[in-house]
Amino acid sequence: MRVEVHDIHKHYGPVRANDGITLTIEPGRIHGILGENGAGKTTLMKILAGYTRKTSGYLCMDQVPVDYRTPTEASQLGIGMLYQDPLDFPFLSVLENFMIGQAVGLANQKKYYRKKFDSLAADFDFALRPNVQVNRLTIGERQQLEILRLLSLGIQVLILDEPTTGITNVQKDYLFSALKKMTSEGKSIILVSHKLKDVEAVCNQLTVLRRGKVTGEMKAPFDTDILLEMMFGQTPIPFNRCLQESGRTILELDNVSAPGGRSGLSDCNIRIRQGEVVGLAGLEGSGQDVFLRIAAGLLRPAGGSVMLKDKRMNAKDYHCFKHSGVFFQPSSRLEEGLISGCSVTEHFALQSDHKKFVTKWSDATSDAKKKMTEFRIIGRPDSLAESLSGGNQQRLLLSFLPRNPLLLLLENPTRGLDMESSSWVWQHLHKYCSDNTTIVFSSSDLDEIIMAADRVLVFFNGKMIKDTRTCETSSYELGLAIAGKR
Amino acid sequence: MKPKLLLRYSKELILTLAVVFLFTTIILLVTGAPVLAVYYHIFKGSLGSWAKFGHVIKTWIPLTLCACGLLYTFRIGLWNIGVEGQVMMGAIFATAVLRFGVESHFSELYLFLSILAGIAGGAIWALIAGYLKTAGGVNEIFAGLGLNFVAQAIILWLIFGPWKRPGIASMSGTELFPKALWLPSTFLLRISPIGIFSAFAAIILTALMLRYTRIGLCLKAVGNNPKAAYLFGVKPQPYMLLAMIFAGGFSGVAGCLQVTDVYHRLLPAISSNYGYLALLVVMLGNFNVWISPAVAFFFACLNIGSVQLPMMLQLDSSLSGVIQGASVLAALGMQAWRMRIRSNEVGAFYE
Amino acid sequence: MNEIDFTILFASVIAGAAPIVLAALGETITEKAGIINLSLDGSILISAMTAFAVSFETHSLVLGFLAAAAVGAIVAAIVAVFSVYLGQSQVAVGFVLTLTARDLAYFIGNPYSRLQGLQIHPMPISFLKNIPFFGKIFFTHNLPVYFSLILIFVCWWYIYRTPLGLNLRSVGENPRAAYARGINPQKLQIIYAVCGGLMIGLGGATFSLCTKPGWGRPQGAEGTGWIALALVIFGGWHPIKAATGAYFFSFLQVMGIYFQSWLPTVPAQVFQVAPFPLMIFTLLLIYISQKESVLNWAEDKDRIKSILAMFSGRIPTALGKPYQPE
Repeated sequence: MRVEVHDIHKHYGPVRANDGITLTIEPGRIHGILGENGAGKTTLMKILAGYTRKTSGYLCMDQVPVDYRTPTEASQLGIGMLYQDPLDFPFLSVLENFMIGQAVGLANQKKYYRKKFDSLAADFDFALRPNVQVNRLTIGERQQLEILRLLSLGIQVLILDEPTTGITNVQKDYLFSALKKMTSEGKSIILVSHKLKDVEAVCNQLTVLRRGKVTGEMKAPFDTDILLEMMFGQTPIPFNRCLQESGRTILELDNVSAPGGRSGLSDCNIRIRQGEVVGLAGLEGSGQDVFLRIAAGLLRPAGGSVMLKDKRMNAKDYHCFKHSGVFFQPSSRLEEGLISGCSVTEHFALQSDHKKFVTKWSDATSDAKKKMTEFRIIGRPDSLAESLSGGNQQRLLLSFLPRNPLLLLLENPTRGLDMESSSWVWQHLHKYCSDNTTIVFSSSDLDEIIMAADRVLVFFNGKMIKDTRTCETSSYELGLAIAGKR
Repeated sequence: MKPKLLLRYSKELILTLAVVFLFTTIILLVTGAPVLAVYYHIFKGSLGSWAKFGHVIKTWIPLTLCACGLLYTFRIGLWNIGVEGQVMMGAIFATAVLRFGVESHFSELYLFLSILAGIAGGAIWALIAGYLKTAGGVNEIFAGLGLNFVAQAIILWLIFGPWKRPGIASMSGTELFPKALWLPSTFLLRISPIGIFSAFAAIILTALMLRYTRIGLCLKAVGNNPKAAYLFGVKPQPYMLLAMIFAGGFSGVAGCLQVTDVYHRLLPAISSNYGYLALLVVMLGNFNVWISPAVAFFFACLNIGSVQLPMMLQLDSSLSGVIQGASVLAALGMQAWRMRIRSNEVGAFYE
Repeated sequence: MNEIDFTILFASVIAGAAPIVLAALGETITEKAGIINLSLDGSILISAMTAFAVSFETHSLVLGFLAAAAVGAIVAAIVAVFSVYLGQSQVAVGFVLTLTARDLAYFIGNPYSRLQGLQIHPMPISFLKNIPFFGKIFFTHNLPVYFSLILIFVCWWYIYRTPLGLNLRSVGENPRAAYARGINPQKLQIIYAVCGGLMIGLGGATFSLCTKPGWGRPQGAEGTGWIALALVIFGGWHPIKAATGAYFFSFLQVMGIYFQSWLPTVPAQVFQVAPFPLMIFTLLLIYISQKESVLNWAEDKDRIKSILAMFSGRIPTALGKPYQPE
């Protein structure tokens, strides 16, 4: 089926997740959608799958304009989507997962669907046992199950959102051969990914998105350089920082592995020295999130050792780390960082240094007022955290940083800030470094890392694959590493 | 801003009361009861004389104590449904202490000890539920509920077993304590000053604790966002246990007063459902330390006033419970309505 | 000490458990769909009162049962609508309704207190009742008891063997995923809460029209709702296990009479508390058996593994967390 997407817009308040996207997906093709985090890939796919409603624009299928509002209507039209996090029922069996949404009525149809399932699975060489509970399957197997289910619904257009994250190479081969088999039957595949290697290996055609817009299209064979330019833009950035002399090692991870996040972290050897700013690059969930949380004591490593200033910290919790001068700041502001329902003043009272039994509200209020002017937070001391705008929430979080920390661990410290305020944030943070504080931060914005960090660590699929000084690298080289092509 | 808010609140209050009044009236009409007479007798039965008012206060004291305790657990996001059992445990512990004081000359000492024992009893029972929650992953609602019934069974066993009346064991409870072990009460209203004092002390203490201490702040932080509170250096589990101790302690005092001030013995219905009722009080009081005692007073009036119904009009006294429940339901509905309006406003803002 | 006649004993266990079985099954269905209907205790009382009053006024047992079922459904619908569409806490609404429905039952039912009303008569099944031993236990009862026996298997079959039951479970497990597959979680949750409410209502009617005939304050059904709630958990959200729990409880109740002659100082009510510690114990086991360290320890101990599996059930993943459409 030929799918045409015309001038799709999706606005969340002032944010334009999709800003006029137009593209055509030919039948019998694997069409790749590339783009970095926040480029609008997932939003576009959710619109196509009927899970999200578009703000404006229209869709055509085989030249016929279509309008649908729910995933069911989409699947009736033949569009099915494989979500990034498997949207299935972990505590039901494989066969039951296969049946939900297909089987209707009161008659026991397990035998019928069992047969259907077995023959489909045999077609694609998937070794799935129908009676196993889904939570015992790997992510790759859950994908296979979901593909079989969508196929048995008779879909003609299959959307896959980051299907190669968290699966083994063998499973990837199975997946790709299944996709090729489906295109040979005339079905269209839309493959959303950030992994250049995978996309190049299997796609016939690519569309690149950046900040909600289409920045380019290309047919196989692909030119990596041009694709990278389309993905990350081509702004030359002056190097701001590049610390030459190295202080003593304060944080040392030896062979650390841990589950968690999408890909976990495996065999990680990282040394962080005093006074440097280290940027963690990589697509979200490639292991940098797990690394930060292990370094903060919020996650326990499954293996290896974590040393903080020559002290073994493996079984210690965050409060212990905090005592030694480690300070962590999460990126999800209202989920983990701030307490909704509490005012700005209450936040300051909570984090104040002297934890006396009686709270001095006058002190906390004046503290809040002072910090709010210093950090340019718009609001009142008695404003509730959730009533502040995103940028103000972010600045509020930053204002909680202690005066003389040893190590700051920051998850996306400037997310949601405009250029001007994020450069202000970095001016503020760099002041810490002159007092020998170390900053380790993750960011999905490569430009920010190059601008603010002395050293970059690139994570890919749960591994740290590149460790380099910012002055010795380029955004092109980093882009390659992020996309898994060294 | 402030007057506008006040206007909205009073509007909502009037609307809620109107709904409840309408509902109750319909129920009365359906059952064929004389509507006006019912309201008249409830009013006269509760506030019509000083003696009646004294009864209202006697009900208000334990209700307020339990409600104050619940404010701590609600603040940290726990549904302490076990407050009923905590009242019973307070009563059991207090009775146990008083039994030693029967022959003694130092009755004041035993009365004092009985309050401490009541606090301990309630707090222990609450801590069991708290530990089941923090260490055993058992939802506090089911743990509390289960413990309520266990406490009830313990009372029954005591009344029919070890503490039974000489001669015949019966549902009417243990033997009456001698007058020396009754809490002294004023001549005029037959209210015990100690009871009044403890209720007011609980209100003020709770208000101060929640507003002006680090404990109150931490309870609120954990209740609203345990993950963020942890990053701020507050461990959720100890505070959950602490909140349970406070809730249990206050309800334990209520249980002790039921023995020393009201019934002067242990009987199966010693808790008089005040624990469950206090949950409604706090919900209707919008989890506020100043509104809840007022709601408790309203509920106490209903409870005492409706005692007149069987005598005067051959109606069941449970009408009070119907009005109380309907009030909370109406308030919840009002809250949903307010949320809906607000979300519409936000939606309009974005479009 | 008197001899125990086992046929009579078991027959009375089955008859006595009927209302609890009905209520526990209703609650199981409701919770499988992800809704906690905490109002059980009040619901049972108000439907018991309705059944008695309606059958008293109309001289029709059928109308009594129907009215009770309707009342149970209405209470359940209030809980479900408040939580699914109005975003209020299920626990709060359910709890308030528990107390309100109970008091409403006492108030409205007051004129019917201690009246001689209709009551269901036993209907032995002639050709089955002569089976030795089992005939007397299973086939000498009245219609609601037979109904409760049949309903256990119907519920089990519906939940685990039909596509509709699969949809029901899917909503309680992961409403978002169910929505993506074309199921309307909100609608299903309301429907199954109401279905559960119907059964709870029938349970109440069974109380006042056959198990403990009549109405009064107290009726005798007080506390049953909480027990049914505990049994749902004890049964690990499985209808057959929940019903087994109900029979176990009923057995304890019947045995209470014998216990009393053996342990005269312990009142019968104490034995009725048994389901609650068991409920807490089950919840503890569920928590423990999901801990990794315990799973590793029990890895090669088959007997312990089977015990864990028998007592621990799986709580519906989305229980108490209603689906919010995006």
